[in-house]
Amino acid sequence: MNALPWTIYLSFAGAALALVAGARSAANARWVALLTALAGGVVALVAARDFTPGPGLQTIVNLPWISELGIRYHLAADGISLTMVVLTGLAATAGILFSWNIEERAGEFFALYLALIGGVYGVFLSADAFVLFVFYEIAIVPKYFLIAIWGSKNREYAAMKLVLYSFAGSAVMLGGLLWAYGAAGGRSFALNDLAAAAVNFSRGDQIGMFALVFFGFAVLAGMFPFHTWAPTGHAAAPTAASMLLAGVVMKLGAYGCLRVAMPLFPVGLAFWQPAIAWLAIAGIVYAGLVALVQDDFKFVIGYSSVSHMGFVLLGLAAANSQAVAGAVLQMYSHGIIAGLLFAVVGRMVYERTHTRRLVDLRAMPLHRLLPFAALTFVIAGLASMGMPGFSGFPAELTILIGTWKTSPLWALFAASGILVAAAFTLRAIQVSFFGTTDKSVPATTTTDHHHFEPITWAEKAGTVLLVAATVYIGLKPDALLNWITPALNSPLFQAALKGGTP
Amino acid sequence: MSGQYASLLHALMPEASLVLGALLVLGFDLFSGRRNSASARLGASVVIGLLAIAAAAYHACDAGVGGDAFKGVLVLDSLGLMTRLGALGLAALTLAMAPGVVRLRHPAEYVAVVLFATSGFTLMAVAQQLLVAFLAIELASLSLYILAGFDKRRPESAEAGLKYFLVGGISAAFLLFGFSLVYGLTGSIEFGEIARQLQVTQGNTLLVVALVMVLAAFGFKAAAAPFHLWAPDVYQGAPASSAALIASASKLAGFTIFVRLFWAGFGPAAGGTGQPALPGWIPAMVIVAVVSLLLGNIAALAQTSVRRILAYSAIAHAGALLLGVLVAGRFGPASLYFYASTYGLATVGAFGVIAVVERAGRCDDLGDLAGLYRRSPLLALCLLVFVLSLAGIPPLAGFFGKFFVFSQALKLSGLAGTAGWIALLAIAMSAVALYYYMLILKQAVVADPKPDAASPIAVPTPAAAVLILTATLLVLLGVFPSLVLQLIH
Repeated sequence: MNALPWTIYLSFAGAALALVAGARSAANARWVALLTALAGGVVALVAARDFTPGPGLQTIVNLPWISELGIRYHLAADGISLTMVVLTGLAATAGILFSWNIEERAGEFFALYLALIGGVYGVFLSADAFVLFVFYEIAIVPKYFLIAIWGSKNREYAAMKLVLYSFAGSAVMLGGLLWAYGAAGGRSFALNDLAAAAVNFSRGDQIGMFALVFFGFAVLAGMFPFHTWAPTGHAAAPTAASMLLAGVVMKLGAYGCLRVAMPLFPVGLAFWQPAIAWLAIAGIVYAGLVALVQDDFKFVIGYSSVSHMGFVLLGLAAANSQAVAGAVLQMYSHGIIAGLLFAVVGRMVYERTHTRRLVDLRAMPLHRLLPFAALTFVIAGLASMGMPGFSGFPAELTILIGTWKTSPLWALFAASGILVAAAFTLRAIQVSFFGTTDKSVPATTTTDHHHFEPITWAEKAGTVLLVAATVYIGLKPDALLNWITPALNSPLFQAALKGGTP
Repeated sequence: MSGQYASLLHALMPEASLVLGALLVLGFDLFSGRRNSASARLGASVVIGLLAIAAAAYHACDAGVGGDAFKGVLVLDSLGLMTRLGALGLAALTLAMAPGVVRLRHPAEYVAVVLFATSGFTLMAVAQQLLVAFLAIELASLSLYILAGFDKRRPESAEAGLKYFLVGGISAAFLLFGFSLVYGLTGSIEFGEIARQLQVTQGNTLLVVALVMVLAAFGFKAAAAPFHLWAPDVYQGAPASSAALIASASKLAGFTIFVRLFWAGFGPAAGGTGQPALPGWIPAMVIVAVVSLLLGNIAALAQTSVRRILAYSAIAHAGALLLGVLVAGRFGPASLYFYASTYGLATVGAFGVIAVVERAGRCDDLGDLAGLYRRSPLLALCLLVFVLSLAGIPPLAGFFGKFFVFSQALKLSGLAGTAGWIALLAIAMSAVALYYYMLILKQAVVADPKPDAASPIAVPTPAAAVLILTATLLVLLGVFPSLVLQLIH
C-alpha cells in the first residue's frame, strides 16, 4: 500500500532515463520504458495483494506542500483508485510492448509516454484537489506530442483538437474547483474538507459548481456531445497512444467525475442527474450507430470507445452503489479491451497492411495472412460486445441492473445500445478479417500481401497480458467488486449516492 | 538631518551601485575598448555590469525591510525588497546571455543603459511618493526607449524605439497630469497622506479624471489593452535582449509601483462594481483587464511571428496581472509578485531562445523555429519549458502564478463579485491561449527543419547557462512556490 506513490515517481524517473537512453539507441529507451512500466505494474499488484478493502480513502502520504494556500501533498487510495492503478499498470506495459517497433526519436517517445503514465497514476492517487489537478494537467500535454510527432494521417489537426478539448475541459473544471475553494473560505483543497464545506453552499452554487466540475471532467471521458476529439485523436495517434488514450486517459475524466464532482456536490448531482443520463444514453446509441457506418477501421474502434464510455457515465448518473460499482468495473474492462482492439488495428494490421480502410482490408484474406491478429480481434470483439466470460459482461450487466433501479427507461434505452455494439463489432470482425477476396480485384494485388512480417514476441506478450486481464475479471469479477463496493460505502460517496436518488 | 541623509544613502545604495557600475562600464570601455574586439568589449562590460548588479542585490538585502525611509519617501518592505531582487535578477539574466549572442556596435553603452534602466526599476520598487515614483518610472522608460532602438543596423529597431518613445512620452504626460490633479485635490504627494485626504473627499469628478489618467498611463506602460498598440511592434523590432528586459523586469517593477500607488495611495477611492457601481478606479481597471484578456488572447491567434505572439500574450498576461492588482487590496501582493516575476522569467527565457536562434539565421516567422529540436535539442527543451510556463501548465511556475491569482479572485467574493467572473474569463481564455503557444511548440518540437535552415545551432556557453538556469528556476518555483511566497508578507 505504502509503495503506491512509487508508481508515480518511477514513471517520471523512467521518463527522464528513457530520454537519456534514447540518445544512444532506440533499443535502450525501449528496455528502460518496459522495465519502468513493469516496475510500476508490479508495485501496483503488490499493493493490491496487501490491500484491505474498506470505506474511505486510506492515506499514504500527507505532507504540507504550499502552506500559504492550505495545499497538502496528500496521496491516498481506496478500492476504486487501486482498480484504476492496476489498470494503468497493465495498459502501460502492454502499450510499450505494442510500440516496440518505434525507431524514430524513440527516447522522446518513451519519455513522453512515461510522463503521461506518471500523471495518470498521480490523478488516481490524489486526495487533494490541487494535487489531482496538477497531475491531470501533466497528463494532457504529452498527448499532443505523442500524436503530432508519431501519429498517422491528419495527426497535427487531431493532436491540437484533442489537446484543446482536454485543456478546455480541465479549465472549466478548474473554474468550478476554485469557485468551491473560494466559497469554502479558501483554507484547504483536500477533497474531504471541500466536501464538508460544500454542505453549507446554496443549492444554486452547488448546481453551478457541479456543472463546471462534472462536465469539465466529462469532456475527457468522451461525453456526448463533447466526444468528437476522441475518434479523431484515437485514429491519428500511434498505437500505444491510442491504447493509452482510450484505455486510461478517458478514465481520468470519468474518475474525476466520480471522485470529485459527485461526492462534493450531491445536490448538484441530483439536479443534473437526468441530463447526464440522457447524454450518456445519447452517446451510447449515437456513437454506436456512427461506428456502424465507418469506413476507417480505427474510427470504428474510436467510436466504440465513446459508446462504451457512455455506459460508464450512465452508471455514474444512475447514482446507486450497484450502478457506480459497475461503472468502475466498466472503466477497468474497457481500458483493457480498448487497448487490445487498438493494438490489433493499429499495430498488427495497419503497420503491416498500411491501410485502415475496411474496403481494402476486405479485399485481403487477413484471417489466413494474420491468423494471430484475427484470433485476437475475435476475442477482443467478443469481450467488447459483452460476452459472458469476459470482463465486459459483468461490468455492463451490473450497470444495467443498477440503472434499472433508478430508472427502467434509461436501462431499456441503454440496453438497445448493447445490440448496436454487437452489430458494429460483428461487422468489423467480418469485414476486416473474414472478407471474401473480391474476384474483380486483379490477383496480383492480393498476392502482394503475402509478405507480412510475422507477429513479434512483443505483440504476443502484450496480447496475452491483456487477454488474461479481461478473462480473469470476466470469470471472477468479485476480485475487483470486492474492492470497489466497500469504497462506495464511505460517507462521502453515500451522501452522493443517496442524494442522487430521485 | 545628516542622519536622515545617511539613511537615505543606505536605502538607495542599490541604485548607487548600479549607477556607479554603469559609469565604470563606460570608463573601462573608454580606456581599454579601442584595442579590443567588440565581443571582448561586450564580455568585459557584462562582467562589470553583473558585478554591479550583485553589489546592488547585496545592498538591497542590507537595506532590509525597515519600513519607511527618509520621512516616508521610500518604503523598505518585503514587497520592495523582493521586487528589487527580482528586477535585479531578471536584468542579470538578460545581461548574462548577451555575450556571443547580441551583436552591437556599442556594447559598453548598451550595458550601461541596461544598468540605468535597472536602477529605475529598483527605485520603482521602493518609491512611495508621487515625485520619486514619476522620476523612477521615467528613468526606467527613457532607458528602455534607447534599448529598443539600439540596433542601428536594422530599421525595425529604430521604428520600435521611436514608437515606444512616442507612446511612452504621451503616457508620461498623462501620468504627470494625473499626478498633478491628485496633488491639487489632496495637497500632498505622499501615498499615505493622499489616502488620508481621499478618505475625507469622496465622489469628486476631478478625482475620477485623475485616476483614469493615471490608470491609462500605467496601461501604456504595462501594455494593457486598449493602450497596447506599441507592444507588438516593439517586441518585434527591438533587439531580443532589450525586448526581454522590457517584457520582464520592467513589468515586475511597474506592477509593484502600480499596486502600491493604487492601494496605499488611492485605496479609499477604489470604488466598486457592485450595485450601485461606485465611482473609483476599480471599475475602470476591470474594463482594462477584461479587454486585455480578450484582445490579447484572440489577436494572438492570428499572428505568424513568434515575437508578435509573445507581445499579444504579454497583453493577455497584463490582463491577468491587473486581476492580481485587484485582489492585492484584500490578500496582499504575494500572488501578483509571484505571477509577475515568474512571467518575467519565462519571457526572458523565450527571448533568450529567440536571440540565440537569430544568431544563426532569422527568427521572426513561426516557421523559422521549424525543427529546432534537431538543430539544438537544448534550445528546444528550454523553449518547451518557457512556453508551457507561459501557457500555465503545471508543474511550471507560470501555472502556479495563475492559479494563485485566480484562486484569490474567487475567494474575494465568489461569483458575486466582478473579480470572480474575470477569473473565470481568464481561465477560459487560457484554453484559447494554449492554441497559439502550441503553435510555437509545434514548429520547434514536431516539425522537421526547413532545408535552407537545417544547420545545427551552437549555443554560446553563457547563454546556455542562462537558459538552463531560467528553466530550472521555473520548474523549481513551480514545484515549491513557497520558496518565494514565504518571503512576501
